[in-house]
Amino acid sequence: MPTSFELNGRSVTLQVADDTPLLWGIREDAGLTGTKYGCGIGLCGSCTVLVNGRATRSCITPLSEVKNLAVTTIEGLHPSGEHPLQKAWIKTQTPQCGYCQSGQIMQAAAMLVDFPDPSDEQIDNIMSGNLCRCMAYVRIRKAIKLAAAEMRDDIASSPTAPETAAHE
Amino acid sequence: MNKLFQSLLNPEVNGVPATGDNPGSASAEGHKKRPILNRRGFLIGATGAGFTLAFYRPGLSVAQPGDVVADKTFDPTIWYQLQTDGRIIVNIAEAEMGQHVGTALARIVADELEADWSRVELNHVDSDPKWGLMVTGGSWSVWQNFMPLSRAGAAGRQVLIEEGAKLLGVSPDECRARNSEVLAGGQSISYAEIVQRGDLSRTFSESELENIPVKPAAERRLIGQEALALDVPGKTNGRAMYGIDATVENMVFARPLIPPTRYGSTIQAIDDSDAKDIDGYLQTIQLNDPTGTVPGWAAVIATSFTAANKAAERIRVDWAAGDTATVSEQDILDHSLRLIEETSQGALVVDDEGVDSAFSSADSLLTQDYIAHSVLHFQLEPVNALAFQEEGRWEIHTGNQWQSLILPVLAKALDVPESQVIMRTYMLGGGFGRRLNGDYAVPAALAAKTIGRPVKMMFTREDDVRFDSIRSPAYQRLRMAFDADGQPIGMEHHATAGWPTQVMVPAFMPAATNEVKYDPFAIQGAAHWYSVGAHRLRAISNDLANDTFRPGWLRSVGSGWVNWALESFMDEAAHHVGRDPIEFRLALLKAEGKNAGSAPNAVGGAARQANVLRRVREIANWQQTMPENTGLGVATSYGQERNMPTWTACVARVRVDRETGKVNLEKLTLVTDAGTVVHPDGARAQVEGAALWGASMALHEGTLIEDGQVQARNLNTYTPLRMRDVPEIESEFIDSTELAVGLGEPATTVVGPAIANAIFAAVGVRMRDLPIRPAAVLAALQG
Repeated sequence: MPTSFELNGRSVTLQVADDTPLLWGIREDAGLTGTKYGCGIGLCGSCTVLVNGRATRSCITPLSEVKNLAVTTIEGLHPSGEHPLQKAWIKTQTPQCGYCQSGQIMQAAAMLVDFPDPSDEQIDNIMSGNLCRCMAYVRIRKAIKLAAAEMRDDIASSPTAPETAAHE
Repeated sequence: MNKLFQSLLNPEVNGVPATGDNPGSASAEGHKKRPILNRRGFLIGATGAGFTLAFYRPGLSVAQPGDVVADKTFDPTIWYQLQTDGRIIVNIAEAEMGQHVGTALARIVADELEADWSRVELNHVDSDPKWGLMVTGGSWSVWQNFMPLSRAGAAGRQVLIEEGAKLLGVSPDECRARNSEVLAGGQSISYAEIVQRGDLSRTFSESELENIPVKPAAERRLIGQEALALDVPGKTNGRAMYGIDATVENMVFARPLIPPTRYGSTIQAIDDSDAKDIDGYLQTIQLNDPTGTVPGWAAVIATSFTAANKAAERIRVDWAAGDTATVSEQDILDHSLRLIEETSQGALVVDDEGVDSAFSSADSLLTQDYIAHSVLHFQLEPVNALAFQEEGRWEIHTGNQWQSLILPVLAKALDVPESQVIMRTYMLGGGFGRRLNGDYAVPAALAAKTIGRPVKMMFTREDDVRFDSIRSPAYQRLRMAFDADGQPIGMEHHATAGWPTQVMVPAFMPAATNEVKYDPFAIQGAAHWYSVGAHRLRAISNDLANDTFRPGWLRSVGSGWVNWALESFMDEAAHHVGRDPIEFRLALLKAEGKNAGSAPNAVGGAARQANVLRRVREIANWQQTMPENTGLGVATSYGQERNMPTWTACVARVRVDRETGKVNLEKLTLVTDAGTVVHPDGARAQVEGAALWGASMALHEGTLIEDGQVQARNLNTYTPLRMRDVPEIESEFIDSTELAVGLGEPATTVVGPAIANAIFAAVGVRMRDLPIRPAAVLAALQG
């Protein structure tokens, strides 16, 4: 049966079986290919998206579970790709092959909601679910800290809510 | 350049034939000889939006450069375009797989061209046979292209100055070029304007090209400076297109059904009756492969990947398994040992006079055996390919590192001439050598041909792993003879493994001193720069490994296991004679005789290896007093090729838990001398990634062959290094203006032995099997 949900702020209805993994619904049916397939068993993290703001492995999440919920993919994180995490990823030249990076960035985005000023240990614990086969880990950690600092500065210097919320 | 590299880069040189109907040599019109890379001229010809600058083939008529450019009969292995709007487009034939190769190559051109870097763009080209040999691997890209690209840029600069001078009404001698402008006194003219108004058409003979001055290192403005890589932004916003993202109208999805053995399995029956009611399932087809690449395969065809997967679970295939269905890792290693002990086996890659007499007259001997187990590529994007026919030509869309190797195989599989197959380039979701072997495109092509419709074949992770071209298990025996003073007077190194080059490109195998052909990549790193007296190096192909799986080139290839044994052994040798491991090595890195080095690639020879070793000793604080159960271990390497040495040294600091046997890698200190570093940030990233690969293969990865296949199939049992396992890393490059050499792999090779040597320093046990598992450390501790 078809599944309706919100994808990057727009309502979508996918006309495919609702046991289809969200990953393939997003990639094949909604045509957003920034979310990647790596292991299919939720252990590499390259398929990570946000479901109502929570980091979710889309390869093991059937469409039926996101019915009427809000799904955010890398394409929807920021309208022009300038989320503090994306800027930090460029500034630190983190991506090598880049295949895991959509998932890394989405996982980090969810983490920074819970831990706006994450310690190395918190970063390691949360980000160790995301495999980077090029092993760009040192830079991923550095980029997260850079982005976290920018987001905290934004909050400190602005009376309004953090920018990310506006894009949901 | 040694013969091997000449043959790799120019397969028809030195009588070494290329594979099959090598597309590197065959133009669409016929079988023209491919030019030798450094023996050809250069031309500049008008194109629609500006001028194209390219090398031309000897023997071509170049009276009209514009015609050559219009007909694209130039040799575009390396070429770029100056556009009327000032953009400079550099065409890249190398695969982008995380090394930012396009950025590094384009900066070499742009530096000599005195271009405004912000106007430089990259174009990744497809596999038109005219592009020449397309292979990205071996850490060769920068090393191989540095001088040709420099000359190509310098030629462009010279002509822009000539034409700019004319337009400014001054003499070229009064002009200089900077930042995409020609400057003369107070006047200037932009490259864009010169391209619009001037006539840049020129031809340069080979000798004219060589006489164009290339800038001295002190005048470089881009090489060696920091730059943001051009491929990075698209990798932060989901826009980068990988092979898995390729689509075409009317395509269907295919999932392979892989037989129980790599070779020799045949399909007896296929029963898809339980799959017929799955929505989207179309059919299951048997793949009849005239190339023998995927024998005994079938493919499930469906309108979505999900439907193909669901159907695959319900389809029963009855295979008659091939001969290797019960082969185990131990069988392969046992066979290795038998081969080593049969002295008639193998290729004598190095066989100095006097080895036997050194051993018979020695005061003492040391013999040790080392094992490295199977390793998966586990590149994060599982292999895949999209195949379809369009306008009488087959299109293959897939990420690939060696188009020239697989294109003839695809043509044979499709039963068409090579001119009717074109491979389109995508970003690679990891290469690491897996995509040098493009075998995964063959079943996609066969399926598309069989059903007459575009087919996107996607491998699940488990499919990808079962079909991986793994790093072969390797068994090695090293021996050293010492005189009464503890000086080495002779050395033997015997190495067996599956040989990727023998299986995939046998024509690339050179002959050893005893005329036996060998896989040079499977013994890389063993022709070391230590002066140890008479040296014998014997490489043996493990035929049981070759039959059981298709051995792969995996990041650093042979030096990944060779240096594991060599540098562990050098440590054991140092302890055997009671010397400090670094002092022992330094005393042998004498830079004399065959280890003196030579221009242009290996200037300084062993002295540069000694230099990185001394430097790593200093910055790692080698003499420090360590806490309990903690130790420092060292390893060094020249990389892979004596003719392209990347001098590398590493100190690892580990702490061993005596209760569990767990090895905590606390710190890696690395010093690299890669000559000129073109793209420093990219270079640092390559060394970091390579070093962590080395750590991962030493402590976290590895699998075993069981029942003819790899045991681990996914991340539940295959466990590469994660962020929490990352040690502190201190990495330094030697400041150098020597020729640029490769960087993607050497650091991989030093970390494993440095860790094992550190374990010995920490707790006094010697680990000789890779990976190093806690249980094995615990067993060794318990004696």
